[in-house]
Amino acid sequence: MNKKFFALGASMFTAVLLAGCGSSAKSGESLTILNYGKYFDPEALKLFEEETGIEVEYEEYESPEEMYTKYKAGSIDYDLLCTSDYMIQKLIEEEEVLPMNHDNIPGYQNIDQSIIDASASFDPEHTYTIPFFYGTVGIIYNTTEVGASEADSWDVLWDSKYDGKIIMENSVRDCFLVPLKRLGYSLNTTDEGELNEALSMLLEQKPMIYAYFVDETGDEMAAGNASLAVAYSGEAAYAQSLSDELAYSVPKEGSNLWIDSWFMPKTCKNQENAEKFLDFLCREDIARMNFDYVYYATPNTAVYDALDEETKQDKTIFPDQETVDNCEVFVNLDETGTNLYNQLWKELKSN
Amino acid sequence: MYKFKRQFLAGPYLIWIIGFIVLPILMILYYGITDSSGSFTLENILAIASPIHMKSLLLSLKTAVLCTIICLVLSYPLAMILNSLQLKSQSFVVFIFVLPMWMNFMLRILAWQLLLSNNGILNTILETIGLPKVQLLNTPSAVVFGMVYDFLPFMILPIYNAMSRIRKDIIDAARDLGAGNFLVFVKIILPLTVSGMISGIIMVFVPALTSFVISDLLGGGKVLLIGNVIEQEFMQNMDWNMGSGLSIVLMIFVIASMALMNSYNKEGEGTAVW
Repeated sequence: MNKKFFALGASMFTAVLLAGCGSSAKSGESLTILNYGKYFDPEALKLFEEETGIEVEYEEYESPEEMYTKYKAGSIDYDLLCTSDYMIQKLIEEEEVLPMNHDNIPGYQNIDQSIIDASASFDPEHTYTIPFFYGTVGIIYNTTEVGASEADSWDVLWDSKYDGKIIMENSVRDCFLVPLKRLGYSLNTTDEGELNEALSMLLEQKPMIYAYFVDETGDEMAAGNASLAVAYSGEAAYAQSLSDELAYSVPKEGSNLWIDSWFMPKTCKNQENAEKFLDFLCREDIARMNFDYVYYATPNTAVYDALDEETKQDKTIFPDQETVDNCEVFVNLDETGTNLYNQLWKELKSN
Repeated sequence: MYKFKRQFLAGPYLIWIIGFIVLPILMILYYGITDSSGSFTLENILAIASPIHMKSLLLSLKTAVLCTIICLVLSYPLAMILNSLQLKSQSFVVFIFVLPMWMNFMLRILAWQLLLSNNGILNTILETIGLPKVQLLNTPSAVVFGMVYDFLPFMILPIYNAMSRIRKDIIDAARDLGAGNFLVFVKIILPLTVSGMISGIIMVFVPALTSFVISDLLGGGKVLLIGNVIEQEFMQNMDWNMGSGLSIVLMIFVIASMALMNSYNKEGEGTAVW
C-alpha cells in the first residue's frame, strides 16, 4: 500500500513525462499550437486546415504556469503560443520569443491600437505579440443583496454585512491586487512594507470569506452561495449567462487589465505558416467566430464595429476607456518578488 | 524454461514499478536534496521547520488523527453488527459499503460540495423546517467529514475481515468457561481484531495525512494542509526542489507511522484490502 502512496506522490512527475509523448510527425505541412483550454473555436481550426491544407496540431493548457512547464520541457516544438501578459514578458526576457513581421499579417490592422498600446508593459516595441482577447478583474455581485454604488469600491469586500458571503480569487497575484488597489498601491509592487499592509488587510478579511475560488466562482455565484466575488470579466459574463441577478463592476480604485496574446516561440519551425495562422485569426469572420465562442473582449475593431449596440454597451465584456486607463497590466516579477508573494500567500492561507 | 517464463510474465510489472514508482521516488529524492542550480543542499528538507510549514504539517496530523479516530469509532460497532448478521444479508451489507468505492472519489466529494453549500440540499432542508442556515461547506469540519466519508470503507473492511475469521467455537468455549459478554469482548474479540484495526488505521491515516484534493474541494481554499503546500510549490511556484523536500519529510512521517503501527502487529496477518 505504500506503493500506492508513492505512486500518487510521483504522479506529478509522470504527468510531465507523459505530456511529452503526444506529438507525432505527420506528412505534409503542419503547425503545432498551444493555447488555453476552450479558447479557440474548433470550427475555425477546421476552416484553417481546409483553406490552407496545413494540418493543425492543437494542444491546450489550464494555467500560464502549466504552459511554461510544458514549453520548457522541450519535448514538443511549438510553432505558436497564446498566453497571458506577464508570462509572455517572462518568456521575452528569457529570449524564448521570435520577433514578428507585422507586414506579413495584413489582419493586424484590425487590432485596436489602445490594446496594442496597453501591451507595451510586456512587449514595449510591439515586435513580438498580437493581442487575442483582453479583460479586467472586478467584482461580481448579486443585485438583490448588494447595491451598485457599494460594488464600485473594493471596500465592500471588507463590509461586515457580507460576512461569510464573499468569494476571493484563489491565486496569489489576483488576490493581492485587491488590497493593494484598495490601499492605492501598484499591483506590481514588490515593496515589503506595502505587501505586508496588504497581507494584514487580507488576514482581517479571511474570517468573512466564503471560499477562495478560481473556476468555481461563476457557478457558485449563480447558485446564490455568495453575494460578492472577485473574478475575471470572462467569468462574470459566464455567471451572468446563468443568472439575471448578477452584475459586474470594476471598482473605482482601479484593477488589473489582462491581455492574452499570440507569439512565436523560438521553437517555431515554419514562420511563414505561423504568420498565415496569425493573419487568419485576425480576419473578421474568424475573429467573430472566436468572439462568439469565447465571449471575452475582442481587440478586433472590425468585429467590434459589426456588433449590435447591446453587446457593445455590455460593460462586463467591453470595459470603457476610462476603466481601461484606470487599470494596470501585470508585470512579471523577479525571483525575489515572486518568492515574497508566495511566502505571503502561504502565510495568508495557513492562518 | 519454466523459470524464464515466470520472469517474463513479471516483465510488464517490473517496467511499471521502475518507471512509475522507483524512478519518480529517485527524482523526488534528487530534487529534494538539490537547489535550482543542482548543487547539494538540505534547505528544502529543513524548510519544514518554518512556522507556516510547521503549522500546516500539524494541521494535517491533527486532521488525520481526528479522521482516523472517527473512522475507528464508527467502524468497530458497525463491523460487529455486520458480523452478527446472517450470512446472506452479510454479503449484501458489505456490498452496500463497497458500492460507493466503485465511483471515482472526486465525483463523490464534488457531490458533497453541492449537498453542503449555503443553498445546498442540507441547508434547504434546515430552512424548510424553520431552522437557520449553517455554513457547512468550506470549513475545517467539512474537510474532516469528507475524509471520514471517503476512507470509512478502508476501516470497516479489514476489521470486519478480522472479525469474521474468529471461530465461533472459541467464543463458545469462553462462554462454557463462564466468561460474560464483556470478558469475551475484551479477552477474545478485541485482541483477535487488532491486526484488522491496525490495517484499517494505516489505510485511513496515511491517505488522510497526505490528502490535498479533499481540503481543496471542501475547504474552499481556506484549509492549508501540508499536501496543499506541496501542490502549491509544484504547480504555482514552480519550485520542484522545495516541493520534493517537503514530500520527503511527509514520506518520513508516513513510513514512521506505518512502522509504529506494524510494531503492534507482530503476527502480520494479511487483512489488508490493498
